[in-house]
Amino acid sequence: MKRPELLTRILITVVIVGVVGAPLYIWSRTPLIHAQMSENGGWSPDVLRAEVGKPLHLKLTSDDVMHGFAVGQTDMEGIDVEPGKVSNVTLNFDKPGIYTFYCTRWCGLNHWRMRGTIEVSGSPSEPEPATVPLYVSLNLDIDAPHDARVIPSSQPSAMRGQGLAIELPVNLSAEYYHAHSPQQAFNDLSNPSLTDSQRWDVVAYLWQSNTDQESLANGKQLYAQNCAACHGENGAGDGVFDDDLKAAGDASAQTMTGAQDMKMQTPANFTDPTRILGASPALLQGKILRGGMGTGMPMWGSIFTEDQIRDLIAYIYSFQFDYEK
Amino acid sequence: MAKIELTRSPFIKNTLKSRYPQLAVFIVMLVGYIFAILAGLIGTPVGSHNFSIVFVWIAWWAILILVVVPFFGRGWCAMCPIPLPGEWLQRGAVLAPPDKKPKWLNLRVPKMFRNIWLQNISFLLLALFSSVLLTTPSITGIVLAAMLFAAIGLSMIFERRAFCRYLCPVGGFIGLYSQAAPIELRIKDKQVCVTCEGKPCYNGSSAGYGCPWDVFPGGLTKNTYCGLCMECIRTCPHDNIAVNLRLFSADLAKPSTRMDEAFKAFIMLGSAMIYAGVLLGPWGMLKDAAYNVGSNAWFVYVFIFLAIIFGILPGIFTLGIVGIKSSTPLKHRFASLSSALIPLGLMFWVAFSLSFVLTNASYILAALSDPLGLGWNLFGTANTTWQPMLTPILAPAQTLALVGGLIWSARTAQKAANEVKVSSIPMVVYCFVLTSVMLWLLL
Repeated sequence: MKRPELLTRILITVVIVGVVGAPLYIWSRTPLIHAQMSENGGWSPDVLRAEVGKPLHLKLTSDDVMHGFAVGQTDMEGIDVEPGKVSNVTLNFDKPGIYTFYCTRWCGLNHWRMRGTIEVSGSPSEPEPATVPLYVSLNLDIDAPHDARVIPSSQPSAMRGQGLAIELPVNLSAEYYHAHSPQQAFNDLSNPSLTDSQRWDVVAYLWQSNTDQESLANGKQLYAQNCAACHGENGAGDGVFDDDLKAAGDASAQTMTGAQDMKMQTPANFTDPTRILGASPALLQGKILRGGMGTGMPMWGSIFTEDQIRDLIAYIYSFQFDYEK
Repeated sequence: MAKIELTRSPFIKNTLKSRYPQLAVFIVMLVGYIFAILAGLIGTPVGSHNFSIVFVWIAWWAILILVVVPFFGRGWCAMCPIPLPGEWLQRGAVLAPPDKKPKWLNLRVPKMFRNIWLQNISFLLLALFSSVLLTTPSITGIVLAAMLFAAIGLSMIFERRAFCRYLCPVGGFIGLYSQAAPIELRIKDKQVCVTCEGKPCYNGSSAGYGCPWDVFPGGLTKNTYCGLCMECIRTCPHDNIAVNLRLFSADLAKPSTRMDEAFKAFIMLGSAMIYAGVLLGPWGMLKDAAYNVGSNAWFVYVFIFLAIIFGILPGIFTLGIVGIKSSTPLKHRFASLSSALIPLGLMFWVAFSLSFVLTNASYILAALSDPLGLGWNLFGTANTTWQPMLTPILAPAQTLALVGGLIWSARTAQKAANEVKVSSIPMVVYCFVLTSVMLWLLL
């Protein structure tokens, strides 16, 4: 073989091996966390491991649509995970445990299924006593209908109620608020000097007095990010996924026969007074924490903190009560 | 205008005659091609950020259809990396012919396949799956790899570049449109070829290989099947091969009478129109049908696609020419007159591609910096946001291309009509109607 031929062959071989080998090597050493719509697999991998005190560097990319990434039960701000691009995030954990990471963008009908876990190991710390949720200690059946038997003829006003409450010996403790529905409070306010409408106004005031503007604003933000896709921006159960959820429910013929004859995939309508005025904060807490068994309502217990759930509940009641000042 | 012989320039001639400049280009192209396969298979599945999709279907396509084919004809074939590995194996050498010939089958391609029907079919196959192919990197990677391996396989079985000549889905239409290009490779003096012993340009010699495209340069009258590989320039002992600059569409003065080429013109014309509707049009149902390969809607799409290309377009064309009084048989007339559709089809593709390419060109910068979607930023352009380019001039440029194509086609129709001694009016009307439809689809 002539020398130029030999050298050319060597050159071509080296170049081809390089162009195949180098990217393959780099690719194999770049661990990416891939996000895909749930139908296509969700997070991959969906189980991560970390150690207390050691930063966990993650490279995230989306293989289809825009997703988001956040870790539940932390104060982490969600970051965007864009299709074809790589987002970097560094996490630090100060307590061992199993954390849930989740998608923060409405990426599809099964967006809420896009979850994974981070198993954080480390030196065992004092185990924190688990708090029993109120709905459990109250032995509430959160799957049973809790409809209000009496509803107001117009939207109760907290401002009007405040004026009336000053004149009345009304005292509502936080414990009472958490354990009772607005309708129960309405019944307990059976003062002959008040009309039904005025009693509802007082209930609205009492509910408002158990929250504040900051909590309501936080609840509103959480609702917009996590709930509005199904329940609708205005709480009417008509979010952007509503049609798809109905279609999915019809397709699977899942129906729940009960007082509301509710399609299992139909998001709750928070503007329905029968539904919300019959629901106590404890009941709503249970629904949010555990999710709706057999319905499309996801379990948020591993995502939201106790305070976040409290703020969300306060905001949900604002669909019934006029809190404006 | 007389032809201008470019190879009179010693620089051009020596550059073309030496194997090394071409080899350097080949190696760069092969590297890019293999990297595109790899990126398709292991890179991000997001098409708009994957090197394989962005560089093959946006960058390469833009250069091919807007520059190379219109101005250099088969210029792409002169640097295409697909046949290289097979050809090197077939020859047993990368550079000049070796002392011993390698023992491959070296069969002649059966006569029934020595036409471009297989290329028509391979193009149609890609066209029917194009919505998926153009957007799914893994599919693009597989198709690119399949073409490479098909070329290698055919080189092991058949002589010369059987893949390029008879199967390549791209080569078919490049060949068709290269007739319109202002570049040609031709012999200088026919008599020299007649008296040349051994015909080394076709059979090869110690200076180079016999024509890989199975063409005898001495009989070359059209660009269609000359791959501009420059092998004949190296082997001709009489310095009788020239690369000329000429008028556009010079080859179309003498239209072909082959039905495979005639139908290639209809395939390309119809595909450009269908693509304009599917990929650029506002009809979501059409896009869904084209994308959901294997669904009932997709089969309907396939039926309509094939019906337009093999039924409606040639059917209406035939109706237009069947009544013309002529001594030329209808089949011959059909094939000859369809040459008028070559400039029209080329400009349809130019107009369609302008829209497609300018809309998506900004993806090139991002993919260049992060070709595998691993979070790199090699040139600082990884975060370039998508933005359509040159939007204000798009519609005027497309209109200019389409109207220019219509005029060009009308002129070609006149020449073709003169050849078969019929009126050109039906072809001009046909081209006018199709151009109007294309204008409506694009604007």
